[in-house]
Amino acid sequence: MQQITQQPSVTRHTRSGKINIRSGNRVSLVLRATLWTLGALTVLAFFFFDYTGFRPLQAIPETLYNLKAMFLEPKLSHFGWGEAAMQVAITLGLGALATVFGAAFAFFLALGAAENLSVPWLSKSIRIVVAFVRAVPTVLWVLIFAIAAGLGSEAAVLGMLFHSVAYLVKAFSEAFEEVDPKILEALRSTGAGWWQTVVHGVLPSTFTYLLSWTFLRFEINFSVAVAMGAAAGAGGIGFELFMASGFYFDLREVGVITYMILAIAIVLEVLSTRLKSRVYSAS
Amino acid sequence: MNETVLKKRKFHMTLLFLGAILLTWLSAWVTDYGFASSLEAVPGAMMWMASNLLVDGEALVKLPDIMGKLLETVFMSIAATTIAAALSLFLAIMGSKTTMVNRPIGAVSRFVASLSRNIPVVAWSLILLLSFGQNSVTGFLALFVGTVGFLTRAFIETIDEAALGSVEALRSTGATYWQIVTKAVVPQGLPQMVSWVLFMIETNIRSATLVGILTGTGIGYMFDMYYKTMNYGVVALITITIVLTVIVIELLSTRIRKVIL
Repeated sequence: MQQITQQPSVTRHTRSGKINIRSGNRVSLVLRATLWTLGALTVLAFFFFDYTGFRPLQAIPETLYNLKAMFLEPKLSHFGWGEAAMQVAITLGLGALATVFGAAFAFFLALGAAENLSVPWLSKSIRIVVAFVRAVPTVLWVLIFAIAAGLGSEAAVLGMLFHSVAYLVKAFSEAFEEVDPKILEALRSTGAGWWQTVVHGVLPSTFTYLLSWTFLRFEINFSVAVAMGAAAGAGGIGFELFMASGFYFDLREVGVITYMILAIAIVLEVLSTRLKSRVYSAS
Repeated sequence: MNETVLKKRKFHMTLLFLGAILLTWLSAWVTDYGFASSLEAVPGAMMWMASNLLVDGEALVKLPDIMGKLLETVFMSIAATTIAAALSLFLAIMGSKTTMVNRPIGAVSRFVASLSRNIPVVAWSLILLLSFGQNSVTGFLALFVGTVGFLTRAFIETIDEAALGSVEALRSTGATYWQIVTKAVVPQGLPQMVSWVLFMIETNIRSATLVGILTGTGIGYMFDMYYKTMNYGVVALITITIVLTVIVIELLSTRIRKVIL
């Protein structure tokens, strides 16, 4: 899932770098107001729900029974292990393509969006476009591309690409803006051009950071690719999951597929956590 | 920085780029992805969007319906996130190394969180749909389960980073476990946690669309219905309303974050 748009800090600093000693009143007032509002909206929410066909007394034991069949008696019946591995590879491939292309596009766009490397009008307009693209759910992009470009892996990758680029531009440009201004000034004073400043100043000091964000996005894109297979017919293990549960009602097969997705997701999560902690210990 | 370091770094970079190219090539082969056809598709797709995704008068008639469903979806996301946050706070306090009661309980709560986070929300929606049926509760539960896992991980990080010193300080004064949690851990981590909750509400509104398509609820179901009947005017209108909602919520939470963090 998504992760970390802002870094937590132990002592809070104001933007100029001083320790935050603003009187606690306003902070706790806003905090309390937010919590109360969320609480009230939550209570209110249950009056807006649509409860057609909701029978909790029947549904809860049924779900438990289903979960038992899924997780304790997993079994493949409509395809073999070779096919299953192939479908997982397709899902990983979709995620990888969207991530690699996304990172490449995002790198250049983020250079344009970073305030310290770009001109205000360009940085502002990239930011606005990116905020818009990010607000459209990925599944809608994929579905829209599926009609406009035809079904297939192309539509899925293009749809996922949009969101990946928007996400990475935000992360990358924030990383670029944190580059020590002294480094940039030193390079500029030697007469280095814009591109030379980027290659020799910005890139070396942010590279591991960019890599860790890209990997994090790959972790997200894997689960997005599963979702696109199920909701937008993009193929891969997500589509098999959708067929097994929505078409064959074969819970044991759903169990096997879930175990496979779970295993890969956990491996990716561990890898990305490792990478992240290495980046932080290095800086 | 001497020359060998620079050389080594250059070598690593080259290796990484070659790896990325190999990965791309392999992925394209496995997924049967055509580079040329996808490049060709982009301008066509843009043209298609510009000429078909237009909101017309006919679509505007549906606006009250859409707003109703959108409201349901927003409420669903907020309720799922807030209730998940309460459970996550408990799991995080049990699971964090600084505040856990004992090792087995800590391991169990981290395991539960990992399970709920790493089984994709798609799988949860499909499983829950089978027995809970096509209604808001299914969507709510699917979002709830995924959120618990994610927020627990975020809250554990928050607790570990914010509370380490104060837990020790309070413990040395002889404070009880309960006092440490309520007087130090929760108040210190609260702003950061609220910030995570706000972030999760934004994310969940977007996920709610996906969950809605799969479980036949809320705005996602409406999108799917008009998408399948090729009524693209309404599709465009639904997309715009979702975008506006997400942006408004993002702006609101940015403002709140600015004050509390």
